[in-house]
Amino acid sequence: MAIDRDTARRVAHLARIEVGENDLDDVARELSTIIDLMDQLATVDVEGVEPMFSVTPMAAHWREDVVNDGGRREDILANAPETVDGFFAVPKVVE
Amino acid sequence: MTEADLTIAEARDALRSRELSSVELTEACLTAIEAGAKLNAFVEVTAERAIEMARAADARLAEGEAPSLCGIPLGIKDLFAVEDVRTQAASRILESFRPPYESTVTRKLWDSGAVCLGKLNMDEFAMGSSNEHSVYGPAINPWRRQGDDAALTPGGSSGGSAAAVAAGLCPGATGTDTGGSIRQPAAFTGIVGMKPTYGRCSRWGIVAFASSLDQAGPMARTVRDCAIMLGAMAGYDPRDSTSANRPVEDFESGLGADLKGRRIGIPREYRVDGMPAEIEALWSQGAEWLKAAGAEIVEISLPHTKHALPVYYVIAMAEASSNLARYDGVRYGRRARIGANEDITAMYERTRAEGFGPEVKRRVMIGAYVLSAGYYDAYYLRAQKVRALIKRDFDNAFAEGVDAVLTPATPSAAFGLGEIADTDPVRMYLNDVFTVPVNLAGLPGISVPAGRDAAGLPLGLQLIGRPWEEAQLLGAAQVLETAAGFDARPQKWW
Repeated sequence: MAIDRDTARRVAHLARIEVGENDLDDVARELSTIIDLMDQLATVDVEGVEPMFSVTPMAAHWREDVVNDGGRREDILANAPETVDGFFAVPKVVE
Repeated sequence: MTEADLTIAEARDALRSRELSSVELTEACLTAIEAGAKLNAFVEVTAERAIEMARAADARLAEGEAPSLCGIPLGIKDLFAVEDVRTQAASRILESFRPPYESTVTRKLWDSGAVCLGKLNMDEFAMGSSNEHSVYGPAINPWRRQGDDAALTPGGSSGGSAAAVAAGLCPGATGTDTGGSIRQPAAFTGIVGMKPTYGRCSRWGIVAFASSLDQAGPMARTVRDCAIMLGAMAGYDPRDSTSANRPVEDFESGLGADLKGRRIGIPREYRVDGMPAEIEALWSQGAEWLKAAGAEIVEISLPHTKHALPVYYVIAMAEASSNLARYDGVRYGRRARIGANEDITAMYERTRAEGFGPEVKRRVMIGAYVLSAGYYDAYYLRAQKVRALIKRDFDNAFAEGVDAVLTPATPSAAFGLGEIADTDPVRMYLNDVFTVPVNLAGLPGISVPAGRDAAGLPLGLQLIGRPWEEAQLLGAAQVLETAAGFDARPQKWW
């Protein structure tokens, strides 16, 4: 299997997704079947091929460097699970 | 038959001649939506807003010179932000999210006078091919196999859009297509669905899945209706840096031309093992139809086709893991409860564990894996190189004078809900085998209903065009549509 229990645990943490110890074997197996499909790419000859990062080549659009939006604190906070005094609130981060 | 069964073009003509009002048409759709609740296609109905918008459209129509979509009621995939309407990409993590802004595509539709009926079911974050990965439960295909009551998938991820249009709940709907999410559900439900060239429609305000592949497009019952909708959805948007700054043609006016002197390619690599004989036969029949309209049919080779699925899934999952990092339970959406002694990392991890469904979790984890140190070169960078080769295959075919490519839309007709186990993701991915190369190459593609299988289920053919040549592609699609004469509608059981 491409992904063992420890790798599954590490990848879950990288992705910030809680996975219980009891579920790690199932997750490892499912992820491995996907990685097996992807491993087919190792057989392709890509010598000298430039990677594609833009499918429709175009120059970046320019605009004036001016403020054109903003001042919407109410809108931005409207969907937050928890706010305090106009700020997003989170559990304590620094001791 | 009610007004809700009219095509967009028919409804437009009736609205303009004042034989029908937008309020009447909208009410007919709202009635059909209510009667079609079993299909689980609409997940939010904006009835009051719809009637208000229909009244405004009627006033505009009375003044004359209204755009084609003025007064036409549409359904909107839950992936599009609609101001102050629940928009949650069929995910629990966006529970009760109401955007204070409007996506560019829907803004353009409303500016054209279209009427918002509500939001449509889909696979969570557009990740799926069966609509089974939805917090709302699956949308159901209005089609059934002859003599069989089994519930079938409408396909995915735009399954609610497809089911709603096929069942006559609305004449058209928006979809999005990252690897086939418009074309596969269109094929499964006997409607037309088009993915435009990458950059044709703005992605601004559409919940992002895989940004280099995502593209919005129309789903409707005819090619002409798709042309009308695309004309309103397309166009440059400075808020999307990948949006193309080029003129939007009148796609409808390009319809009706014959195919004399046009060359249609048949890619030999699309003859996959285990393809049902009826799909193979339909494909040959499609080539005959195009030939009869004057096209020259040539066999072509797209040699890297067999690598398209792994390339697609590496890139789509990598981009998804990056895009979905924003769902952290801080700024919007649902936050998990944590214990008094737990820290912010526990909050993030539990929020995402509770908020994402199993397929989304798998893809985000695989995406994190293929981007992680030590694996980036082997997977992500290599996939970007093979993607270049896949695009080069199409470039070569076009350079040799091919105008469009004809393929089946899907390797099978609609399958039963629950038929493909959730624990077998790769089997589900194989559904996208004919559609993903089009997204990887950024090309326009359209699925047209062309026949039915032995059980009476719709089958689609796909045409793939040159970049930015949607008008020509729609023209060729209409030739197929006319020749196929597909006018079957699902028998009402809901």
